[in-house]
Amino acid sequence: MTKRKLGRGVAVVGAGMSKFGAFPEKTTRDLFVEAFKDMRASVDKGLDANDIEALYIGNYSSDLFERQGHTAPIMADWIGLTPRPATRVEDACASSGVALRQGLLAVASGAYDVVLVGGIEVMNKLPIAEVTEALATAGDMLYEIPAGFTFPGFYAAMATAYMHRYGATPEALMQVALKNHDNGALNEKAQFNSTIAAVMEGKRRSAEKKGRPIPTWANEMEFLHDDRANPMIAWPLRLFDCSPVTDGATAVLLVSEEIARQYTDDPITIIGSGQASDGALHDRPDLTSIGAAKKASQMAYEMAGVTANDIKVAEVHDCFTIAEIIATEDIGFFEPGKGHEAAEEGLTTRHGPKPINTSGGLKSKGHPVGASGAGQAVEIFKQMRGKAGERQVDRDVDLALTHNVGGTGQTAVVHIYERK
Amino acid sequence: MTERAFSEHSFQTFLSEHKLMAAKCEGCGALFVPPRPMCPDCHGEEMAWVEVSGKGKLAAFTAVYIGPNAMIAAGYDRKNPYMTGVVQLDEGPLISAQILGLDAAQPEVGSIGTPLKVAFIERGEEEAQRTFLAFEA
Repeated sequence: MTKRKLGRGVAVVGAGMSKFGAFPEKTTRDLFVEAFKDMRASVDKGLDANDIEALYIGNYSSDLFERQGHTAPIMADWIGLTPRPATRVEDACASSGVALRQGLLAVASGAYDVVLVGGIEVMNKLPIAEVTEALATAGDMLYEIPAGFTFPGFYAAMATAYMHRYGATPEALMQVALKNHDNGALNEKAQFNSTIAAVMEGKRRSAEKKGRPIPTWANEMEFLHDDRANPMIAWPLRLFDCSPVTDGATAVLLVSEEIARQYTDDPITIIGSGQASDGALHDRPDLTSIGAAKKASQMAYEMAGVTANDIKVAEVHDCFTIAEIIATEDIGFFEPGKGHEAAEEGLTTRHGPKPINTSGGLKSKGHPVGASGAGQAVEIFKQMRGKAGERQVDRDVDLALTHNVGGTGQTAVVHIYERK
Repeated sequence: MTERAFSEHSFQTFLSEHKLMAAKCEGCGALFVPPRPMCPDCHGEEMAWVEVSGKGKLAAFTAVYIGPNAMIAAGYDRKNPYMTGVVQLDEGPLISAQILGLDAAQPEVGSIGTPLKVAFIERGEEEAQRTFLAFEA
């Protein structure tokens, strides 16, 4: 395949997000305005909103979650940017990762100099059973869902295939949850802004208050093995292996590299972008990796002219703990079958050689599905500019990567960022 | 029978007759379960129905404790989980199906590779009746 290049350089000069969580009183409009304001506050030299020429908004399904279709122009209106073109991008949980790519391509083409990309999702308006049904439509409604698959079920099936081939254990999965909660505890925007140890303490205190027997977990692992505290959802995945149901919005400002310094002296350039598609899970020869993610990574690395060894920090799509382990292999950080060992050895912690999901990931930060991909870029923007606060990694981050997956891997989109 | 379109409707009609059918590409010979109206491998347009043996082995699976509404209506819940998975047919294609005959309350990773045989589950009454594809250990 011909090596592809962007038509011109494109930089991220601002990135922000709403608080992630469950907000019964808020709609996607409220959360998008919150994300926009957070993004605007991050632009070092300030942003005149009128500079923005177009919007690309990732949104999986406000139709099902909020009974609101045609959401992109509403977002443009709520931040006062009509009549600029506003386009909704839908690729399930990769919607805003793909929106980011669409914005990138639009600026690289020369059509625009300043583009706002982002994502929105409000999921908590529906009862949980309806949320499960809505998410299921990202799978194959004709041939997968009638077999009894759910989203936790799909990833659980990948987990059994992976465990069978490589000898991984449920404890390796639990290490991913422990790590991501450790990181999320340092992220004030995270839905679960606490370590699993703190969750345990909370449950102990609550039992004491209610006069119930106080649980006697010796440590976090014992807590995570407790069927009552951490119930099975789709074997071998338990509650703490799953990302939560989240309301949230994200916003990222892309500009042509030529004008980036009008906005900041510290722009982050996107030097690689890849996206790929695939069929249903049962259409794939290998159930222990996500082929589209491998393909998208390869495209992004080739465009950027760098390798996995060069990347200092990555945000990957940990909708389930097994997904993070597979992701770290698909982006080339570890050999196939070695990702679970890397998780157990702590190689992906903030202090390890390959920090993954310093934001807390989808697991702890939360997963408002259509907003999650652009949310990954928000964390990378902070880490690369040394503005991640207590969770800042202790090394120079000159190259970073985001990996965003839709469904079980019917879509994958990967971006590579450079600080020059 | 061979005049049926290569569609979900036809596949479902075959299931209701307790037949597991594949679409075969007349150009490159590739087999597809579920059926495809054109060949995604060689882009050929000539397809033919062939019945497959219904034998396969378990490639990946899970025991679902929190199922979709349709499975809850079928009587499954946290206390009565069901197994679903991906089955590789002896003829090659993989397909999603409910898995019967393995203990969903005591799943083991070692079940991968278990030989399976096609089964058909009837659910619903009268007009709502529908045949679901399953495989049995």
